Amino acid sequence: MIAEEFTGAVELTVNGKKVEIAARPDMRLSRVLREELGLTGTKVGCDAGDCGACTVLIEEEQACACLVPVAQLEGRRVQTIEGLAEDPIGRALQRSFHYHGAAQCGICTPGMLMASLDLLRRVEKVDLPMVETALGGVLCRCTGYLKICEAVLDAGRFLEPDEGLDEDAISANGVASIGELKPPTGSQAGLPGNGVSVGARVARLDGLPKLDGTEVYGADKAPQDALWLRAIRSPHARARFVIGDLRTFVSNEPGIFRVLTAADVPGENSFGIFPDMKDQPVFAEGETRYRGEAVAAVIGERAAIDGFDVSRFPIRWDPLQPLIGLDGALSPNAHASHPAHPDNVLVRGWVEKGDIESAFRGSSHRAEGLFSTRFVEHAYIEPEAGFARRVGKRVEVFASTQAPYMSRDEVARVLGLEPGDVRIIPSACGGGFGGKLDVSLQPMLAVAAWQMGVPIRSIYTRPESMAATTKRHPAAITARAACDAQGRITAYAMEADFDTGAYASWGPTVAGRVPVHGTGPYRVPNVLNRARAIYSNGPIAGAFRGFGVPQAAIAHEALYDELAEKAGLDRLEFRLLNALRVADETATGQVLQASVGLDRCLEALRPHWHKMLEEAETLNDKATVMRRGVGIACMWYGIGNTALSNPSRMRLALTREGRVLFFNGAVDIGQGSTTVLTQIAAEALGLPVSAFTLVTGDTDKTADAGKSSASRQTFVSGKAAENAALALRAEILRHTNAGADARFALEGGQLKIDSKAESTVIDLTAWPAGADGIVFEGAGDFDPPTEPLDIKGQGVPYATYGFAAQIVALDVDMALGTVRLERFVAAHDVGRAINPTLVEGQIHGGIAQGIGLALMEEYVPGRTENLHDYLIPSFGDVPPIEIILVEAAEPLGPFGAKGVGEPALVPAAPAILGAIRHATGVSIREIPALPHRVRAALEAAGRAWEI
Amino acid sequence: MPIYLRPASLKSALSLLAQAARARKGRSGHPLTVLAGGTDIYPARAGKQAWLESFPRDFLDITQIPELKGIRRDGRAVLIGALTTWTELVAAKLPPAFDALKEAALQVGGLQIQNRATLGGNIVNASPAADGVPPLLALDAQVEIASTRGERRVPLATFIRGNRQTDLASDELVVALRVPLHGANSRSLFLKLGARSHLVISIVSAALLVDQAADGTISDIRVTVGAASAVPTRLAALEAELRGEMLELALLERVTPALFSSLTPLDDVRASATYRRKAARILVRRGLAACIGPRAEELAA
Ligand SMILES: Cc1cc2nc3c(=O)[nH]c(=O)nc-3n(C[C@@H](O)[C@@H](O)[C@H](O)COP(=O)(O)OP(=O)(O)OC[C@H]3O[C@@H](n4cnc5c(N)ncnc54)[C@H](O)[C@@H]3O)c2cc1C
Ligand code: FES
Ligand code: FES
Repeated sequence: MIAEEFTGAVELTVNGKKVEIAARPDMRLSRVLREELGLTGTKVGCDAGDCGACTVLIEEEQACACLVPVAQLEGRRVQTIEGLAEDPIGRALQRSFHYHGAAQCGICTPGMLMASLDLLRRVEKVDLPMVETALGGVLCRCTGYLKICEAVLDAGRFLEPDEGLDEDAISANGVASIGELKPPTGSQAGLPGNGVSVGARVARLDGLPKLDGTEVYGADKAPQDALWLRAIRSPHARARFVIGDLRTFVSNEPGIFRVLTAADVPGENSFGIFPDMKDQPVFAEGETRYRGEAVAAVIGERAAIDGFDVSRFPIRWDPLQPLIGLDGALSPNAHASHPAHPDNVLVRGWVEKGDIESAFRGSSHRAEGLFSTRFVEHAYIEPEAGFARRVGKRVEVFASTQAPYMSRDEVARVLGLEPGDVRIIPSACGGGFGGKLDVSLQPMLAVAAWQMGVPIRSIYTRPESMAATTKRHPAAITARAACDAQGRITAYAMEADFDTGAYASWGPTVAGRVPVHGTGPYRVPNVLNRARAIYSNGPIAGAFRGFGVPQAAIAHEALYDELAEKAGLDRLEFRLLNALRVADETATGQVLQASVGLDRCLEALRPHWHKMLEEAETLNDKATVMRRGVGIACMWYGIGNTALSNPSRMRLALTREGRVLFFNGAVDIGQGSTTVLTQIAAEALGLPVSAFTLVTGDTDKTADAGKSSASRQTFVSGKAAENAALALRAEILRHTNAGADARFALEGGQLKIDSKAESTVIDLTAWPAGADGIVFEGAGDFDPPTEPLDIKGQGVPYATYGFAAQIVALDVDMALGTVRLERFVAAHDVGRAINPTLVEGQIHGGIAQGIGLALMEEYVPGRTENLHDYLIPSFGDVPPIEIILVEAAEPLGPFGAKGVGEPALVPAAPAILGAIRHATGVSIREIPALPHRVRAALEAAGRAWEI
Repeated sequence: MPIYLRPASLKSALSLLAQAARARKGRSGHPLTVLAGGTDIYPARAGKQAWLESFPRDFLDITQIPELKGIRRDGRAVLIGALTTWTELVAAKLPPAFDALKEAALQVGGLQIQNRATLGGNIVNASPAADGVPPLLALDAQVEIASTRGERRVPLATFIRGNRQTDLASDELVVALRVPLHGANSRSLFLKLGARSHLVISIVSAALLVDQAADGTISDIRVTVGAASAVPTRLAALEAELRGEMLELALLERVTPALFSSLTPLDDVRASATYRRKAARILVRRGLAACIGPRAEELAA
């Protein structure tokens, strides 16, 4: 009937090659690239234009491939990340990104690189505003953008020599040889030789695949014959439901083969972090407890799943009154969400020391307040994705996770199998931040693969990822603090309630960790800190960078600002006066033995602090609508699990070919553990990083390193890696007369050993070896020593703590209530910076998330389930950050190192809020400080700029 | 099987739309969704897909139609083709009265969006926060509409009827925006308030267009506010208050809250209604101050 009706295929040019696509004309280009052409380097984070991960060039202009129907590409040219290296500018960008550590998890990197290419092709001399504008359409959740800007601005230096990221640059085992990535004019970003691994700015060993689109994330791989799975989810916060006749339904839906419900789960229909709190079903039974909860899963062909219309699904919903927020859950007539917890209190944690009431009575100054925060979404750019398949009597799950062994045990439980019958192969992880500690789609995939005997894959959509998975706990914290006339803190009391949502997840961890950290990193003789995790019908609150400590820090830092003022002390000096030092006792009665660098952090900040304060004073002399404020906040963070064992095991082996095999089960979620642990092992072993071949995170190949959370991998797995290296070294030396001073060098299969006592060569090729070619090996364990907390919360919950202090300058618009950040200076005691570039990257990213927490992020179910209504910081929202690394060595840690992942985030929000108070005289206690909340607070205090 | 049509001329596009509209009246066909840059359509689809809801699948792709492209002068007006992208608009040589529109263009999403999203799509989508609309209203733009039944021209102010509602019939296409030319002494600007730097939907926005007579008085002024009502709104009372006055500092005092009473803002996750109303006034005052000069800007806030 219609001449122009779209009939045949679309012909377009992709990376210089003509291709013909016979897909549906309205199919998104991103999908065509990934699924029809196998070009999975183009990432999909939202399908809505919001994240920019899918950025490609169409006729030289950047575009979101997820918004372009393939029909519109007829006769046009498309360039993707896979074609980037064809352009000398593209290669320069790759080198510069690698050198500067601009890719962490790497999921945003293809989009960043394509947007950069667009800019650098158009403009020869670029400046920062141009970079921010050109890349402003791509979001990154890991880096805080600063190193990305640096890399783009610096790309020119990497233009020649003209060897690209070709095969030679990546040795067979995937370890980068990055010598040629040095900029022409000198650098230290090469691979260090013996004895210089620790402390060197080694470029990420897993970095190159993140720069050319070859990294394999959860959505990037699945068997050809895999069927697709989509969950049917509750649109209601709480509802009863009845599922109708599925047999008839399936027979009427071409391309749909099966629907799974709770009845199909062969093992236990429940999972959860703690052995005694496995309260979350794979598929809800009878009643759902939050919007987004899965009740069933449909499995079928891609096209059928795509066109699936839930209105045809036989289910009847009967919405019930939900428990919304802490008020709803704690109200006297609230129903019990879980029968075992009639008052909806999942768990309590507390720490009690001294005599709080008499301390308050006897103190010169007091401050108190109520602080509240909202659900915060991890917003990693990679939504959950993966596949499962049945292999004989076992099941394999390939998916994005932070905790392979926990994932294995959950899947085994759900299938009714032994843990050893489940293999978890972690994909590259496109961001986690705590949100990929819990299983998400793994149990569903495994059940489906087990029941159907064919591989099953799934990719969460963005709204699904946001609705279904965990959040940061909203908190309501009532706190009081007091000090004596000299400004010494005498007492701190806190009642903190955390909305843990529908299921337990990490609620107990938050309730346990917060009372320990609740005073902040100060000497406080009298403490009464109590926390509760409360069930509601909100989203599941779980683990998110800091486990409740960031929320608690907002309260204590605000109160200490007030006390400092009342005591007539400068805010920094107040903190320095009270800062924990070696030999001090914490709230839990732990006497700190070593590695307490907070005083050094504060002293390092002092000159910057004074300069910022002076600038503020000068600026505020003029009565304009903009007011400058300066804020400060300190933090501490116990590294590893709270008063629980959390061991790690690492293994190293030397092969006949003269390679060091490093079996490392720690998942690199972008934080850089793969690189850092290798640096530690290399240093301890006495061989260069370049001699290493990495075998990472696969539960069949690597031992349990514990989860990538609690900032523990550098400290715990790092120590295990050091021990493994020392064991291997000892094993080698046992076969020689060389002394402990021996220096190793590898040349092919020849291991040269030089020491005062003896110089010798071991011919590895001639040495007896196992089938795997392994000649020598060594394993190492580490479990940080802790002591359980007693009934009053006294004990040694952590072996070591990270410390930090950050200061920030910002401007508040006294009329609009908007906040513009000017500059951060962050001083962090990391024990030892194994890799300063990676440490800086963690601090940048942590501060960026702290900015989001303080100023913009608020997850509201049903309202902000996408990345345009849920705002995370974009380019331009993260100001310059100056970093001061303080190294108060931790004797237990590898080469003195502790952790930095979470410490980076904790002080940022309280520092910002303190600066707002300094600028305006108003303390914002309802977080995030959105413009309308700031304006309302200003008005309430009579300080708004009225016109 | 979903339908995907990609006509190469306006004429055939209109007849396809007419056929579809007739078929639908006879209940035998599906509605055809007009598809331009897709930057509203595909995100909406993502939202539906996430909850397994149905979404439009039958498209009339208009991106091949030459009559909808380009920016040109037509007598005392500028015609902006419906398919003009934000990037093309920014690159075009246009008089200063268009500065506000260009400033808005530079803040629509990121470059990826600006390179593909069209002005026509922005106005037909009719979001209360559509950034193209306040400047176009200030420019007194008219919408040129075509169907097999003929052509018509309506003021943008009446074209947009409500939140995501327009005056467009299902057999019609927006062909162009017609913008009457203003004096060379026009100044225009656009102010957008959002909670982050890039890629942000306006909490409130404002566009101002000021024509100044030789004696320094305001010969004409248009002020519009976006995201503070179901439809971006022109503040007629405020305009009347300022028209004919000298463009000088004292004028700022005349921007009183009462002149903003026609706004009907909403409470939502981005801001409270009260805040929106106040912010609208702040933005407008700042915009006016910027037209007056640097000293006024300093005092404006
Ligand atoms: C990440 C992102 C950020 C954004 N940020 C902003 C922002 O800051 N400010 C802002 O204002 N907008 C923003 N938008 C939306 C903006 O891109 C759109 O409003 C755009 O201008 C619509 O144009 P389009 O060509 O893409 O429309 P399409 O999506 O193709 O169509 C939009 C609607 O208009 C109809 N339509 C299109 N053209 C015609 C025509 N000629 N005749 C009849 N009907 C037509 C379609 O049927 C559809 O209903 C953003 C979008 C995204 C994805
Ligand atoms: S996937 Fe295209 S913008 Fe997010
Ligand atoms: S590196 Fe940018 S999102 Fe992870």
